[in-house]
Amino acid sequence: MTDPSPAPTWILLALAAPFLAALVAPTVHRLFGRAAAFALAAVPLAAFVGFLTLLGPVADGARLTTGFDWWPSYGVRFSLLVDGLSLVFALLITGIGTLIVIYAGGYMKGHPQAGRFMSFILLFMGAMLGLVLADDGITLFVMWEATSITSFLLIGFDHTRARARRAALQALVITGAGGLCLLAAVLLIGGATGTRTLSEVVATGDVIRGSDLYLPIFLLVLGAAFTKSAQVPLHVWLPNAMEAPTPVSAFLHSATMVKAGVYLLMRLHPVLGGTPEWTTVLPIVGGLTLLTGTLMAVRQTDLKLMLAQTTVASLGLLVLLVGVSTDAAIVGAVGYLLAHAFFKGALFMIAGTIDHEAGTRDVTKLGGLRKLMPITFASALVAAVSMAGLPPMIGFVAKEALYLGLDEAGRTALIAVAVAGNALMLVIGFAVALKPFLGPEVHTPKHAHEGPLELILGPIVLGAVGLGAALFLHGFSEIIVLPMAGAITGRPVEADLHLIPTYVSTPLILSIVTVALGVVAYLALTPLRAAVDAVVRGIGWGPDRGFDQIVAGLVGFASVVVRVVQPGRLEAYMAIVLGLAVVTLLAPLLLFGELPAWPAFPDLTAQEAVVILIAVSGLVAVVVARTRLTSIVSLGIQGFAVAVIFVLFGAPDLAFTQFMVETLSVVILALVLTRLALGERDHRPLRQKVVDAVIGGGLGLAFMLVLLKITQAPFDRTLTDFYDTYSRTIAHGRNVVNVIIVDFRGLDTLGEIAVVMITGLAILALVRVKARTPILPTPETGKRK
Amino acid sequence: MNTIIFRTISPVLVALTLLFSVFVTLRGHNEPGGGFIGGLIAVSAFALYGLSHGVPTVRHAMRFHPMEIAGFGLFLAGASGMLSIVFGVPFLTGLWVFPTIFGVEVALSTPMFFDIGVYFVVTGSITSIALALEAREGGV
Repeated sequence: MTDPSPAPTWILLALAAPFLAALVAPTVHRLFGRAAAFALAAVPLAAFVGFLTLLGPVADGARLTTGFDWWPSYGVRFSLLVDGLSLVFALLITGIGTLIVIYAGGYMKGHPQAGRFMSFILLFMGAMLGLVLADDGITLFVMWEATSITSFLLIGFDHTRARARRAALQALVITGAGGLCLLAAVLLIGGATGTRTLSEVVATGDVIRGSDLYLPIFLLVLGAAFTKSAQVPLHVWLPNAMEAPTPVSAFLHSATMVKAGVYLLMRLHPVLGGTPEWTTVLPIVGGLTLLTGTLMAVRQTDLKLMLAQTTVASLGLLVLLVGVSTDAAIVGAVGYLLAHAFFKGALFMIAGTIDHEAGTRDVTKLGGLRKLMPITFASALVAAVSMAGLPPMIGFVAKEALYLGLDEAGRTALIAVAVAGNALMLVIGFAVALKPFLGPEVHTPKHAHEGPLELILGPIVLGAVGLGAALFLHGFSEIIVLPMAGAITGRPVEADLHLIPTYVSTPLILSIVTVALGVVAYLALTPLRAAVDAVVRGIGWGPDRGFDQIVAGLVGFASVVVRVVQPGRLEAYMAIVLGLAVVTLLAPLLLFGELPAWPAFPDLTAQEAVVILIAVSGLVAVVVARTRLTSIVSLGIQGFAVAVIFVLFGAPDLAFTQFMVETLSVVILALVLTRLALGERDHRPLRQKVVDAVIGGGLGLAFMLVLLKITQAPFDRTLTDFYDTYSRTIAHGRNVVNVIIVDFRGLDTLGEIAVVMITGLAILALVRVKARTPILPTPETGKRK
Repeated sequence: MNTIIFRTISPVLVALTLLFSVFVTLRGHNEPGGGFIGGLIAVSAFALYGLSHGVPTVRHAMRFHPMEIAGFGLFLAGASGMLSIVFGVPFLTGLWVFPTIFGVEVALSTPMFFDIGVYFVVTGSITSIALALEAREGGV
């Protein structure tokens, strides 16, 4: 692997451009209407052309990096890497992105929030581009999460529908959990290799494989990849995400975002791949996903759902191939990834066009559209041929390559899985491309006609690319497939891709078997659909319902916890808080034998004795008072006496404040009494009175002991002297107390006044709550008590 | 509470108390006083007015919701700390100027504005609570 060389800095601009375009998209849309889509599409198109110019150097083995220090104190750089792998992804994102932006312009025409939609699509494009270009692990994580969030916004775009909201939330929860796995994996990789820069990590060879951290890293990477790339049983969010407008499905959920997981596996393949864990877990999960996806696709009648389930299946196939880990299998994976992006993106757009023009996408309610929508029909056929793996499309080349990879690796079981999966893909491909178009014309909700240029451009271009890649296979292989495969394996890869089989090889035989199986299954599609449907209904439970059960369980658990720690009874809160205060104050004194010495009886002056007498009589009055109001006022007497003591001992500020606090406390407590509709008298049972008395007496005793202890210790004058010396000279104030509050400890005061205000807001909210209004929902009924 | 004497004398008391609260706040840097205690004095004035003339009268007289006053105070305190950014010193560093206005040297400082912010936060927050509790018909 060659050492990285500096990349042209325009790559940073190309990454920033979609974000900037997203900012202005609503305005552009308002100003230019229909033309806005073409104007906005110029942004990804320019980036696409720019990336095309890098194909030459990268094919020669160059690895280009650029970036800037982002968070230097933590060693985080915002750095980008362009190599065979990220360049191909960048081309897919910007190229298909250009078509999608144009398509969205036609699809969302007349929608009141079309500008916002454009903005979200462009935001996603920027995030996805950042994800594949990221060289720094933290940058990768941030972009990864950004794709999850923008995907959330796009799936839930039609946020007035509950199903769309649920799908958006489900996708966010599942892929967000994966994102956390990725962060942990990045940090562990940093720990194992000493660097979080991916281009350096992949050059470390066997360091991670030989480390104790291999298994945790491996599992965390799988957690990230399997959530994002919808592997069983975490795939449920992907079919549900079809709630999104079709341009989203075509872009995020077929060509780009769902491949992020596969991208991650490919990116880390040089340092994680090839181990027994890798070559066991990945093919098994991928194979299961392939079979589940294709079978579930057969069951669907909704065009988009059929495609979504085959996307799950294709992702499974890719994971399976990456898991096999041999050079030939990787070449197969690369070929299939590209072919899939072309045909699946096209088919999604076609499904959207049919939906848009005919008013339904239920395959059983469509038919005979071939004359009404000839161009759409032609492009659908081209895409389906590629999806079925038939010549002369790139899909055929890819399928041959992947069969060759599996055959060379000698994984017979995997070959069987791949053949079955591909046969069913052929069924779905043709079901989508033929059923709506052939047969007699049926009545559709809208009078169907050919879509406008915006809607048909994408499928045509993608079909042409899929055909061109197969026809100019040698060049395509040299500048796209092999550099990408080389980046995945970590060394140059040789492969001989061919469109026309030169001799009867195993892959060719497997292809023929696949097609034969597929044709049979296609003819028996209706009974097959009924059979799969019956089985699924028979099971009656799926990961989708499991997700709901997990979420419901979590909410129930939280509610139980809240009921335990927040019983909602003021007595309980007071008892716990004050009781803990007693323990906190007394425990250190007792445990460390630090009890204060018995104080000598002080020499009291007459006025001091009088004040103390007033304080004590106030306290006695509190205890013996018959009505609550008398207690509160008596408490005020005691407080005023304490304030007088402060005056006598030369603390005017403190006394001043104490006077005001006592006055307001009495007033506010009296007002609270009128609000709470309490009885005039206090009717606690004796047992309660004893407990309260113990807590109250304990608190008083604890404070007394602590204060005695403090006053008996020698007084450290350091701080006093500091403030006395500097209050006047530094802070221009003679009142040390005030200078401390507003200057020396100003930050503390700022926090305190914020707390005062927040407390005020909380009390306002409490006062608004009518007496006896229930607060906690009970878990059994979900209703309010 | 609604005696004629109380109702007659309370506006005068309220006005004097408010004036006193400002005086206590401003002299705080050198003599006993300051924003916190000044704010509490102002609260007692508003609470008194509420008891004698009813909460709607107080709210009308205050013009702003007390919580808005508290919010302004918090903003003022924070902003007086931010001024230090302009001079390239740490947050909340005290800055002083001594301009001569009408022939009298006046000390202006960020701690003074900070203290005035404290005054407003305390006045606003506690007055909110007091008025909300005094109000008969749940008007918050």
